[in-house]
Formats: sequence, C-alpha cells, structure tokens
Amino acid sequence: MENENWLYSDRVKEHFINPRNILLNDQEFDYHARGMVGNVMCGDQMVMYIKVDPEKLTITDCKWKTYGCASAIASTSVLSEMVKGMTLEKAYSLTPKDILRELGGLPDRKIHCSVLGDKALRAAIDDYYMKHGMSDKVKTDLKSKLICECQQINQEDIEEAVLEGVRNFKQLQEKTKISTGCGKCEPEAKEILKKYINKYFSD
Amino acid sequence: MNKKIIYLDNNATTPIHPEVAEFMIDNINEYGNPSSLHTLGRRARALIEQSRQQIASFINARAEEIIFVGSGSEGNNTVLQSIACSSLRCGFDHCNKRKIITTSIEHPCIVETSKCLKDKGIEVIYLPVDRYGKIDLNYLEDNLDEKVGLVSVMMANNEIGTIQDIQRISELVHHKNALMHTDAVQAVGKIPVDVRKLGVDFLTLSGHKIYGPKGIGALYVSSQAHYCPLIRGGHQERNRRAGTENTLGIVGLGKAIEKRSEEMELDFNRISNLRNLLKQGIEKNIEDVHFNGHPEDCLYNTLNVSFSGAEGESILLYLDLEGIEVSTGSACSSGSLEPSYVILATGLDELWAHSSIRFSLGRENTEQDIVFVIDRLKQVIKKVRSMSTIYHKGKCNGK
Repeated sequence: MENENWLYSDRVKEHFINPRNILLNDQEFDYHARGMVGNVMCGDQMVMYIKVDPEKLTITDCKWKTYGCASAIASTSVLSEMVKGMTLEKAYSLTPKDILRELGGLPDRKIHCSVLGDKALRAAIDDYYMKHGMSDKVKTDLKSKLICECQQINQEDIEEAVLEGVRNFKQLQEKTKISTGCGKCEPEAKEILKKYINKYFSD
Repeated sequence: MNKKIIYLDNNATTPIHPEVAEFMIDNINEYGNPSSLHTLGRRARALIEQSRQQIASFINARAEEIIFVGSGSEGNNTVLQSIACSSLRCGFDHCNKRKIITTSIEHPCIVETSKCLKDKGIEVIYLPVDRYGKIDLNYLEDNLDEKVGLVSVMMANNEIGTIQDIQRISELVHHKNALMHTDAVQAVGKIPVDVRKLGVDFLTLSGHKIYGPKGIGALYVSSQAHYCPLIRGGHQERNRRAGTENTLGIVGLGKAIEKRSEEMELDFNRISNLRNLLKQGIEKNIEDVHFNGHPEDCLYNTLNVSFSGAEGESILLYLDLEGIEVSTGSACSSGSLEPSYVILATGLDELWAHSSIRFSLGRENTEQDIVFVIDRLKQVIKKVRSMSTIYHKGKCNGK
C-alpha cells in the first residue's frame, strides 16, 4: 500500500485513534516480564509488559507504552491484540510482516517505525525466560553476532541498514563500510542482507 | 468528510490569494513567447516587465537587478554554485576566493549545495547559533578573511522564525571585500525588506510563501556584484537565466507582491495578536513546554514549541485528525528518524527536537481558529504524553 493517505486506511487510523492495551500513566499493571527497545534520542522507544501463564507458557495479557510515531502506535496496538493467548514460542517468531498483514500494510518508509513493537515483545519474552530459568531459550545473541570483524559490523547493523532503505550490497557497503577490510565476511554479509530484505520487504 | 481545515503551516507554503488566483486566470491564455517580436510576444513581455518592476519596487531594487527563477531553491543554488565556477567564460577571478561562510541553520538547499562545494575544494564555514538561533557575529568576524568569496545567511529561519541582523552582517562582509547573500524566502512579505538598506549583493525570494503560485521565485543581484548563471543557453533574463519565462508564474508573483505591499502591515498586527494568543494559550494550559526561537527577533507568524515527552509526528497526526495542520522537527521519513538540525543547532538535545511542533500562521487564520487549536492541542498532548515511555513513568509493579 504505497498510498500517501496511509493514515486513513481504516485499520491504521482506527488503531492510531484508539490504541489497544496501552498502559496509561495513571494505570497499574502487574507484569511478569518487560522488554524495552529503541532510544528516545533517536526519536522512538517502546516498552512491552507481559503476563504469562506459567503452565502453558502462553501470554495472558500485555500492555505497552511508547515514545514513537503514528505507525509505531498503530502496529504495536495490532500486535498487542494478536499475542494474547499465544504461546511464548509462537509470539517470539512473529515478524513485522505478520503484523503488517494484520494492519493492512504500511508504506516502506514507515516500516522502520513499526518493527519496534515486535522487538520489544521479544525482549519481554527473553526477560521472562531469564527470570524463569529458561535462559537456554534466549536468542538475542544472534542479533549481536559480529559479521565484519574489520569494521565491527554486527547482524543488527545490517538489519537497521535494510530498514533504512538499503536494498543491495553496494548500498550496504556505502552505508556501513562492511567487508571493506579483509573482505572474508562478504558471502555471509550478502546472505544476511538477503535474509532481512526478504523478511521485511518481499511479498 | 469535509471537515474544516485550520491551516497553520504557512511557512511550508501558503494558500493562493484570491486576487492572485483571479489575476492568473485572467492571464492564463497569454501564451505568447515573451521573446517573440509580434503582438502576442510583446504582450507577454509587458506582463513580465510589469511584475519585475513590482518586485523591484517592493524591495527597493532596480528592475534590471531582478532575475526570475524557478524557485527559492534555484535562486539559492545559483548564488552558491557561482563561487565554484572555474570556467574562463565566467570572467570572475576566484583563485583567491575559495572560501564561503554560511550558517548551521540554513535551508537544506544551502546546506546540500555547500556540501557539494566542499567536494569541489571550496572551504565552507558554518556559523554556530546561540540558543535563540542568532548567529555568532564574533565567529563571523574571526573567520572573515581575504579568501572569503561569499557569505550566505538566511534573513529569517523557516523553522524557528529567528531574524538575523543582515544589515550588520553585510557591513562586516563588505569590509572584507566578500559578497553577501541572504535567503529571504521567509522574510519577504512578512517584514520590511530593502536591499539597499540591508546592503546585500544577492537576495532570494519565492512566490508560494507569499500567497502566490509555486514554481516561481526571484533573485535580486546587485548590478555591482559578480554573477554567474546556473542555467545557460538562452538570452532570457539578459543571459542570466536561460529557459522560456514562466509567464503565468511571473504574473502571479507580481500580483502576490502587490497584495503583500497592501496587506503586510495589517497582517503584522493581526497575526502577531493571534500568535500571542496561541502562545499564551499553550503557556496557560500545557506544562513542560519550551518555546524555540528568539523571544523578540522572530517572525510574527511563527511559533515553534517543544512538548516534553511527546513525539512530534504523533502530535502532528493527531492534530491532523482534528483538521489542524502543522509541521514537526521530527521527520520520520526515508527510513530513519531525523531530528531537526535547526533545533539541535540551538543547543537543545534530540529529544526536544523530536518533540517540536511548528505553528506558522497566515492571513486566513482567525481568533476562533486559535481558540479551537488550543483546546484540541491540550487534549492531544495529554493523550500522547499518557502513553509516553518518558513522560511521568507509569506505575508498574513487576513481579
């Protein structure tokens, strides 16, 4: 949906006007785990709080707060409805594409803002795993895996670059200087680049 | 849904003045090429020259010092690029003048062109500003040496409205034999602009910021100043800007200028009052705000406010849903979030920049509009802050 009137797709607009499961400042919520991502200095931050059924390992309730833009608000609102009753494992594997499908799509330039919700959710699930002796299930290490030793570029840097518009290896190099040292990481970097473009932008 | 729109984004562009629209429609069939010698050509030429004279009179220039260009950005590009021209045809000896001075709060068309000049080997100095957006004159003096070919300082800032002392700056610049340019796109038509008094060599203005049409601007070039065209290959504009003239745009610009000269003073009083009403309404009803820009030397129509803890784009879009149109210093585009470099230059941090909203008023706004805006703004800020991760931490009890 490359419609410039994106805000007025009924579903986005509706979730933006009435965001679900927001934890308002004067409300209380007894949560089991919490995940925070983003940085207010970069203009966006998201906190996700979850309650978990310890037997079934399902999410029974979730709340969130944000300092973020309209698409972050709408997409996290949709996400918060999707995950209730979902197993931690299933929730962990949700991708921005799943959320966008539910939301009816967003313009490419807005996808960057809409990934905050699922990232915060994964951080909250990791937090739950850590607190309940299941640290073996935590997968966050993957994100910070160093790909290019010469330029100190990790997997997450490649993901960020894709979200900011990078669509081929040349652009990735211009942005991050990846594989410009010894060059041995190039095949892996290309592989990961392809994975993220596919994850966020292919249909 | 034909909701009433309250347009408070007049620094981005303005609605066309009804009399300008009428005049343009009256002349829409003047298709003659102004360079043609026959009747139709001469008629188009007369319209263009009338407009040129109107603009010249308005800024106290001579008609032959006005060049029509396609936009304010084109005017600014033309002036800056001329400094890097090393063509022998140019007739200007730049060998010892390979340095320009500009500011950290210019419009992107100056900022980006300066970067390009730097790549071409020109030294570029960006003057810092104080917390109100005023440039540091001492810093200017310290950097003004015989190598400086051009100094470009915007007269009034589009985002925060701060007005610079161009007259004083021109004096300093001319004292060192450099040329002085001012981007007066936001100033012309709002505050008095007199090129002789200001002492500038170049000045840029634009049609669509003064209730005129888009796609037309004008460049004042002092008859004493060196000039090098950006667009070559035609005798138009006395060889200074090639391309068949945009007759209709020029006609509209002339009329817009005429209307400004009639209405400027009245607007000044009326819109100043509306802006004060808005400012007081915000101060009275909303806590934790910061007003950006200079408390006195500021465009009378511009109010830039940062609302602590509330993200700008969501404020903008919630206001949009109420029919209120503003802009923000938190640009969520092309992938990443870029805070306003103008607000950062005044020393505020990214968070304040991401929380900033610009209200720029215009001739169509009424007191009733402003009362409505204050009421809705109060609700929107409350809503955005209530979901904010950083404004009053929510009471959460982790188990």
